[in-house]
Amino acid sequence: MAKRTIIPIGPYHALQEEPEFFRLHVEGEKVVHLDIEIGYNHRGIEKLSESKHYDQTVFLVERICGICSTSHPIACVQAIEDAGDVEVPERALYIRSLIGELERLHSHLLWLGLAGHFLGFNTVWMWSWRFREDLLNILELITGNRNHYGIMKAGGVRRDVRPEDIPSVLKIVRGLQKPLHLFRDTVMDDPLIQARTRGIGTLTREQIIRYGALGPTARASGVDIDVRRDHPHAAYGLVDWKVIVAQNGDVFDKVVVRILEMLESIKIAEQCLEKLKTVPGPVDSNPKEIKPGEGIGHYEAPRGEVFHYIRSDGSNRPARHKVRAPSFMNLPTDREAVLGYTVSDATIILAAVDPCYCCTERLAAFNVADGRKRWTSADLIRLSREKTERLKKELGLPGPQLPLEALG
Amino acid sequence: MSRAETLTTLKQKLGAKILNYFEKSPKRIYLEVRPEDVTEATRILFQELQARFQIATGVDTPQAIEILYHWALDRHGCVVSVRTKLPREKPEMDSLAALCPAIEWIERELWELLGVHFRNHPDLRHLLLNEDWPEGQYPLRRDFVKGKPSHG
Repeated sequence: MAKRTIIPIGPYHALQEEPEFFRLHVEGEKVVHLDIEIGYNHRGIEKLSESKHYDQTVFLVERICGICSTSHPIACVQAIEDAGDVEVPERALYIRSLIGELERLHSHLLWLGLAGHFLGFNTVWMWSWRFREDLLNILELITGNRNHYGIMKAGGVRRDVRPEDIPSVLKIVRGLQKPLHLFRDTVMDDPLIQARTRGIGTLTREQIIRYGALGPTARASGVDIDVRRDHPHAAYGLVDWKVIVAQNGDVFDKVVVRILEMLESIKIAEQCLEKLKTVPGPVDSNPKEIKPGEGIGHYEAPRGEVFHYIRSDGSNRPARHKVRAPSFMNLPTDREAVLGYTVSDATIILAAVDPCYCCTERLAAFNVADGRKRWTSADLIRLSREKTERLKKELGLPGPQLPLEALG
Repeated sequence: MSRAETLTTLKQKLGAKILNYFEKSPKRIYLEVRPEDVTEATRILFQELQARFQIATGVDTPQAIEILYHWALDRHGCVVSVRTKLPREKPEMDSLAALCPAIEWIERELWELLGVHFRNHPDLRHLLLNEDWPEGQYPLRRDFVKGKPSHG
């Protein structure tokens, strides 16, 4: 029998937004089993929320995740509104969708950069993060913060979008189309990226349904779900856009879904901004109390559906607050997605569900038999890049060239 | 199947097993069944009506430990929540993980945080809490005091 080695990945790294611990069981180069251990970042937020009043709760859930920092608040305020039958003014709906889509754009660009980094294409990394910076600037202009915008509240939003800001925000949002087309063409046309991602980490439609996986992970496997369309909320039923679905379920299709989705996000953001020029305020219905009852709020975060359940007993704080982030459903699929692939592919496969898993530095491999051999994170990235280099030679290809002069 | 047909099918198949049924709004449906009927409700929703399991919420109330299984009917834009009430003295029910693998993790969470025991769970060990978390202490119980076992 081949010697089985366990490669522990995680649990902590400064870059990692959520600590997770993967144990890759490998025989030679091949991954034969995966153990996932979570809970390293369990902060008891559900319990904590029971001690906060409804306004504070929104700020609390905003701190669940730094990247989805507006997805949790949107789902949370919708749950409160559902429990208390609170009306939301139309203008606030457009602002919610606008902030939500700007967040999706910056989150997907972050992921695209990391995927490029793992595969050894640092140009893709640098440039996608450069364009992400523009988005953070707009978010700062509108909300006052680059992250943790603090803009959602039950009954509406906390801040209006100033009319004088709309033209400059529109200009930056529209300006993103060109670089996104460039990324799209680069990824779709480059044979080397295809060689590294096509047919890798494939999840079938049946696996997605069994695990209840969500977001781009599900849509890349032909499962046509998107909470924004299926359960209309905020302004998603009021603007024109479409859900992107691909069929193959491999890492390549997950990249494609995310890139095409960004173009849809631009469409949504543009329409919301146009509407904000004419739709009048107010932006807050200012509910005074939440009557007893229960409510559910869900929102399509960049990684999939975020789910919040609130039970109100008529007091000013939730009697129970349940939170479910999309990675809770997406992570278990890794167990099947990595099986049979090599260690050099595992990095990109585990990254493909976008668990904000950028942790490869805290990763070390031990040979179980003698406990001596040790791989560091740098080794895993090196392995991944060596495969790219090897393919480059075999295929005689230069790798992705970003025709940056096209940006003008 | 339309939304109305789907919900009628659900109601007909569960029949007298439904203890109460409540449409809070066209998008939110709540129904209650006995703990032993949850498996059947899950089978109908997941296998026959192709509902998507979202998550389960456990709530400790003075009368009982409530579990709500939230199912999204994405094609019809609504969420069906199946409620069941377990006695606080001995909260126990069959695991649904074999029927729907998406439920495996949340049952582990309900077990460690709320003390609900799931019979025949494939892998009932701690998910969020550490392995050395003291036995019988359930942080989401109302009477939880750090360091003291929770009582029914």
